[in-house]
Amino acid sequence: MNGLWRDSGVALAALVLLLGAPLAFSSPAFEDFIIRLSALALFATSLNLLVGGSGMISFGHGLFYGFGAYAFALLMQRTTLSLASAVLLTLFLAALVALLVGAVCIRLKTIYFAFVTLAIQMLFYSVIISWVSLTGGDQGLQGGIPRRVIAGIDINQQGHLYQFCAVLLVAGLFAMRHITASPFGMTLRMIRDNEARAAFLGIPLWRPKLAIFVLAGVFAALGGILASLFVSGAYPEFADWPFSGQAIFAVMLGGIDSFLGPLAGSAILLALNDIFTRLTEYHGLVQGVVILLFALGLRRGVLDFLRVLPGRGEVASR
Amino acid sequence: MKLEVRHLTKRFGGVAAIDDVTLDFPSGSLSAVIGPNGAGKSTFFNLISGALLPDGGQILVDGEEITGRSQAAIVRRGLGRAFQVAQFFPTLTVRENLMAAVAAHRGQWGDLARRFPPPGARTRADEIAAMLGLAESVDRVAATLSHGDQKLLDIALALALEPKILLLDEPTAGMGPEERARMIDRVQHVWAEQKLTLVFIEHDMEIVFRIAERVAVLCYGRLLAAGTPAAIRADPAVIAAYLGTEAPKP
Repeated sequence: MNGLWRDSGVALAALVLLLGAPLAFSSPAFEDFIIRLSALALFATSLNLLVGGSGMISFGHGLFYGFGAYAFALLMQRTTLSLASAVLLTLFLAALVALLVGAVCIRLKTIYFAFVTLAIQMLFYSVIISWVSLTGGDQGLQGGIPRRVIAGIDINQQGHLYQFCAVLLVAGLFAMRHITASPFGMTLRMIRDNEARAAFLGIPLWRPKLAIFVLAGVFAALGGILASLFVSGAYPEFADWPFSGQAIFAVMLGGIDSFLGPLAGSAILLALNDIFTRLTEYHGLVQGVVILLFALGLRRGVLDFLRVLPGRGEVASR
Repeated sequence: MKLEVRHLTKRFGGVAAIDDVTLDFPSGSLSAVIGPNGAGKSTFFNLISGALLPDGGQILVDGEEITGRSQAAIVRRGLGRAFQVAQFFPTLTVRENLMAAVAAHRGQWGDLARRFPPPGARTRADEIAAMLGLAESVDRVAATLSHGDQKLLDIALALALEPKILLLDEPTAGMGPEERARMIDRVQHVWAEQKLTLVFIEHDMEIVFRIAERVAVLCYGRLLAAGTPAAIRADPAVIAAYLGTEAPKP
């Protein structure tokens, strides 16, 4: 249980730092960055539960991010549910959707899995674009998120939203860390490494695969909820394929084999965007060059790179 | 446990890869399956272990039919197997490989309530590693093991399931003479210690006739002969089809 204590310590320290930061220096830009980071990092880390943790390369993970954002925003606008109830109901609905999508997809292998998940995401995107009366179509969901003050927390104030996002980011990452470090997480690594062997050890492959597909969908939806709070609504881009691509870039940049890799990758990606959007309209080009550098040059993400540096011996190539 | 195969048949297109094979493997016996390349030996193992569905016939473990069950169900019935090309988890260490297999065997593969490894798994993993002579390699990443150690790890993973019946597909494939001797030594040791019903596929006739109690010969999917090594060596049909005139002298 040493790992659990260590991770709890790290999570607690991170939370104290994040919540304490605004007391030490007040920077709306920093708070803004952390809010956006919390949404993208939860999304990218949940994707890596599938890609790095289980060897299931999904191109359509943005479906759950988009679903989380729209479902939450609509629940807040059209019902009188409290903030917490709306969050929980959104996560529950996301789990149901993931269960349905997963039931169709998980039996497919590699590229077929990737493309069927992508196809289902694009179907969802088309529904958002077409169902204008519900979703606002390509204009996005307007009207804002109504304020519901509970226990003194007003999510429409940036300071309170920052605290809310910081807590959910740390809690979400901690929960995902626990999943990857559990016997269940090890089962997923076995499936990633060698499905045939895992089957002959008596593991009914579809059950752990479907379970992680649903869990990853729920955490992606949590990211979507935070994004919805940040933009006070939802945009179809959340469910569009380039956004799924962003998460894959974040995973690659940060490191597929390190738990915190996707978090680091998300931070780098957001920082690069913020800096280069200000300097040049060709920020997409800069992003592309950086990704090529990592994919072709370094061949692993930043944290994977740090992890093998201090003479930890060989890391098996995959 | 006793393993019985009745009229087992498997066709790929028009070709019968296994054609009406009936064989008994008594509880606690050590048997070899031999035959030329393409005789259907690996298909035979794939049918028994549930990797392939037979077109006809039955497979029984201690009199209970397991034909058509899932691989996982057959594993739970007490049947383990190792592969011609060693199958293991390359990015995990030897100990992690074995601890994961032990957890799977104990039904803890879906456990979310604790951290890996579950209590007791480490001790058990180290016991199994020691049984196969892998004790010094437990902390090594499996992908970096020698070929021979990878084959041993594959067998070790099967043993983590505490099987009663163990199928080994060419345990000495691709090994030099020294590694071969060590492997056979380990296999015999494990068979005796665990009181297993052990069936292995082997091309090295010297090994087969030295250690097997019973030998079955497959040729073009059919059972050519089955019996004691002495009987097989003297069987004219086996000599003509497989052993040739160069059959080892008794």
